[in-house]
Amino acid sequence: MHNKTIAELSAGLKAGEFTSVELTQSYLNRIDSLDEQLNSFITVTPELALEQAKQADAQRATGHVGILNGIPLAQKDIFCTKGVKTSCGSKMLEPFISPYDATTITKFNDSGAIMLGKTNMDEFAMGSSNETSWYGPVKNPWQLDSVPGGSSGGSAAVVAARLAPAATGTDTGGSIRQPASFCGITGLKPTYGRVSRYGMIAFASSLDQAGPMTRTAEDAALMLNVMAGLDSRDSTSVDEAVPDYTADLNNSLSGLKIGLPKEYFSEGLDDAVAKVIESAVKEYEKMGASVKEISLPTSNLAVPTYYIIAPSECSSNLSRIDGVRYGYRCEDPKDLNDLYIRSRGEGFGAEVKRRILVGTYALSEGFYDAYYVKAQKTRRLISNDFNQAFADVDVIMGPAAPSTAFKLGELSDDPITMYLSDIYTIAVNLAGLPGMSIPAGFANGMPVGLQLIGQHFAESKLLNIAHQFQQETDWHTQTPDAFK
Amino acid sequence: MQWEVVIGLEIHVQLSTKSKIFSGASTAYGAEPNTQACAVDLGLPGVLPVFNGEALKKSVMFGLAIGAQINERSVFDRKNYFYPDSPKAYQISQLYYPIVGEGFIDVDLEDGSQKRIGVTRAHMEEDAGKSLHESFHNQTGIDLNRAGTPLLEIVSEPDMRSAKEAVAYMRKIHSIVRYLGVSDGNMQEGSFRCDANVSLRPKGQKEFGTRAELKNINSFRFVEKAINVEIERQMDILESGGTVVQETRLYDADKNETRSMRSKEEANDYRYFPDPDLLPIVISAEEIEAIRSTLPELPDAKCARYMDTLALSEKDAKALTVDRDMADYYEAVQQAIGDAKMAANWILGDVAALNNKHAIEFKECPVSPEQLIGLLKRIQDNTISGKIAKEVFEAMYAGEGDADTIIDKKGLKQITDTGAIEAIIDEIIANNPSQVAEFQSGKDKLIGFFVGQVMKASKGKANPGQVNQLLQTKLKP
Amino acid sequence: MSKLDKSDVEKIAFLARLGVDEQDIPEYATNLSNILDMVEQLDSVDTQGVRPMAHPLDAVQRLRADVVTESNDRENLQAHAPEVEQGLYLVPRVVE
Repeated sequence: MHNKTIAELSAGLKAGEFTSVELTQSYLNRIDSLDEQLNSFITVTPELALEQAKQADAQRATGHVGILNGIPLAQKDIFCTKGVKTSCGSKMLEPFISPYDATTITKFNDSGAIMLGKTNMDEFAMGSSNETSWYGPVKNPWQLDSVPGGSSGGSAAVVAARLAPAATGTDTGGSIRQPASFCGITGLKPTYGRVSRYGMIAFASSLDQAGPMTRTAEDAALMLNVMAGLDSRDSTSVDEAVPDYTADLNNSLSGLKIGLPKEYFSEGLDDAVAKVIESAVKEYEKMGASVKEISLPTSNLAVPTYYIIAPSECSSNLSRIDGVRYGYRCEDPKDLNDLYIRSRGEGFGAEVKRRILVGTYALSEGFYDAYYVKAQKTRRLISNDFNQAFADVDVIMGPAAPSTAFKLGELSDDPITMYLSDIYTIAVNLAGLPGMSIPAGFANGMPVGLQLIGQHFAESKLLNIAHQFQQETDWHTQTPDAFK
Repeated sequence: MQWEVVIGLEIHVQLSTKSKIFSGASTAYGAEPNTQACAVDLGLPGVLPVFNGEALKKSVMFGLAIGAQINERSVFDRKNYFYPDSPKAYQISQLYYPIVGEGFIDVDLEDGSQKRIGVTRAHMEEDAGKSLHESFHNQTGIDLNRAGTPLLEIVSEPDMRSAKEAVAYMRKIHSIVRYLGVSDGNMQEGSFRCDANVSLRPKGQKEFGTRAELKNINSFRFVEKAINVEIERQMDILESGGTVVQETRLYDADKNETRSMRSKEEANDYRYFPDPDLLPIVISAEEIEAIRSTLPELPDAKCARYMDTLALSEKDAKALTVDRDMADYYEAVQQAIGDAKMAANWILGDVAALNNKHAIEFKECPVSPEQLIGLLKRIQDNTISGKIAKEVFEAMYAGEGDADTIIDKKGLKQITDTGAIEAIIDEIIANNPSQVAEFQSGKDKLIGFFVGQVMKASKGKANPGQVNQLLQTKLKP
Repeated sequence: MSKLDKSDVEKIAFLARLGVDEQDIPEYATNLSNILDMVEQLDSVDTQGVRPMAHPLDAVQRLRADVVTESNDRENLQAHAPEVEQGLYLVPRVVE
């Protein structure tokens, strides 16, 4: 049962082959017996899950239900869930039992989906390896001494290890696509503003976007059907019609124009990864697509631009977590500043502190123009590059990450090299474009993700391109031996 | 040395919206602590602001009223600082692109002259919560009900040269926002607050001196006192050769002194940047014009009209137009009785006097315009005299009913029956032969004595005009 | 170029009200300096006349109708607060 996709499980529920309670219980059993190796959940919510499953079964008995009714899912611990601890991977929010639901959670609840629990993540989504979590690192199900990627490492590991058919992730600079690549699953970061950010704890407000992490493109489409849409509680969510994302899955790719940015295949890219990407592109050519080399000349600006904008926004966003109204408070504060300084000093981890300090500095008097305003300008140059490229091609392809999953601890003392592991994903966030990572093969025994980048609101197109690949290949069906 | 005082004001006006500027929580004053602080106002993780269009409309109305440039594109910035009444540790404000650009207002000074005061800008922002220091031992309690109430911060040019000018400016702004209905202007409840930047410079010098910022002064009276004591303080320093430190100071009304607020001084670096949770606010020229068409007549225009078409004196016209509620009251009465001067005299006289005595605002005046109209009509149709009317008015004010009821109940109806008045006059003449003789021998002034006697005998109810006329006839030798 | 020293880190950490262990300050100083060196690549880019980009879609703000939609939810919102009394959040005494 655990090797089935959402689409298959939904059909099974519909046909009465099993109930949601049975399905949910079987996943809870797997989590119970297997997650010890992975540490992919921060919180498992068995009682809530079974209660929701019971309700989903009851609802099904009364008649019409949606496709996600009764389907168990894992939610990244960045989404506020009413009555359930929402820690964002941080000691700072260890005591935070959210009094409200994020819009994404409300939408899944309304669709009848089941929440199995909250997945582990880099602290406040700041990290590319899941090693910054206060709850300890997540292991890569393919090789337990390797990282699953980050920040949505828990969600990626959960899906790869079949502890849930699908999960949610969030992506500020690659946090869905890079772990999807490292764990051999399908991950979609939608267009900025496509999915509501309300109740999703903000890291960098102008970059954050939630999306599905699944086995298949078809499942990602089913998830996005629920997640996408305008939210009156989020000023940055976009008032753009939500199509049925499954509608175009089976379109032919004949005549598809693929652009390969030469900057994404230059130095720094692992040779074995490059080979996998090249053969995946060949697969598309077999399906009738044409390939063209393109240039994104400002690619080298993406990482520095990002490391101004993201820390600046995060330094301000995390200021509210001050130990006054919720969250961790230090023992016996002697005065107000002591309360702030010690609560935040004891509650936040090293990487979060690093970024708060960088951002605070970049915004401080005398530096604002040189750093933040400058970065907002180079951000536009990066965005313009993509616009230009899309005049000639339908989709941009390349690696999701320069390497396969690295070893735990390998880069944790080297922030800059760690930052560079997001080199191919960051520009997409800066431009607000939709991007996907889909399993494209293996290098040195570890999964490799092919990144697809589309124009704003081209999610249907990306899903179609991904789905067609998955019709011709079986990389996405591969399961790590220990979790078969 | 001769010193020149330089004052600029920052006035914070709470906009009278029903809900907060970025959340759907109520802005009503006086609720139990934190019962009107929703998830957004508390700055919970994950919440997002959504901008209240009414705050924009009201801000634009103010800008148009002072002839200011309305910026078709304005942007919200975050002002970052840690303080427990600022739940997100930043205040959403507008630094770089405010909604309202440069404008001005003309204020009346005590010597009767006018002075133009420049308004640099006005921007929208959110109010903070309140810190309560009294109830807890060694702790401060935080109430965030007020957090997120929309504010318009109106920043003046450093154009004022005395505390009195500053107060005149503040009163004028108060009058304008009340006219526009963009704020209730209630100073006790903190809807209208003022920070004053005060500095001195040698007369004739161009450069400004070092200024002190006086925070959160919440009455017209205190503004004047606070500025004056601050001027004295700075003058003492400068006269004795010292230098003024740029700092934030708090006015202590009990001690009538200002003192330094060192807590607000430590390393202020607000790290302003555009709030990425909010998008640029764009308002078209058409939308601005649509708002302009809803503007009410403002005090200056109203005053001019009262002088031109109602022939009121400048003094009366100004007095009637300062407070919009008073002007509305006046216009209702004036239109109904068709006597602009009589309406003005009554409203500026008896009505205002009793309101002042009872410290009641015009909009809460217990005598409605309709009731006053009922009273004045009885003067006009000679049912009662002006003097009796004052008595009736006091009864109305005390809640004894409308004019006709009181006149009936108290038997105050004027005596206009000639026979009845003649009978009283005859009696008075008979009882005062010596005065009659004096009058007839040319002491005309004694007519007042006879009128008084008749009015007294009639308990004030005899029609004074008739009394006068009949006396003149009967006393003729 | 941008070498931050101990006192820079201390100053920034205070602005951010962020406790940093004394022995970690040199490492933060190095980390921060390296990050700033990396972002200095941007200095060489000509951005004359480029409009800063705040929102990827250059969208504009929607306006909310002025309607009260929230009601008193204090009990729920304060259920896990660090310190609350009489409905107020408590902090060490603030001197003004």
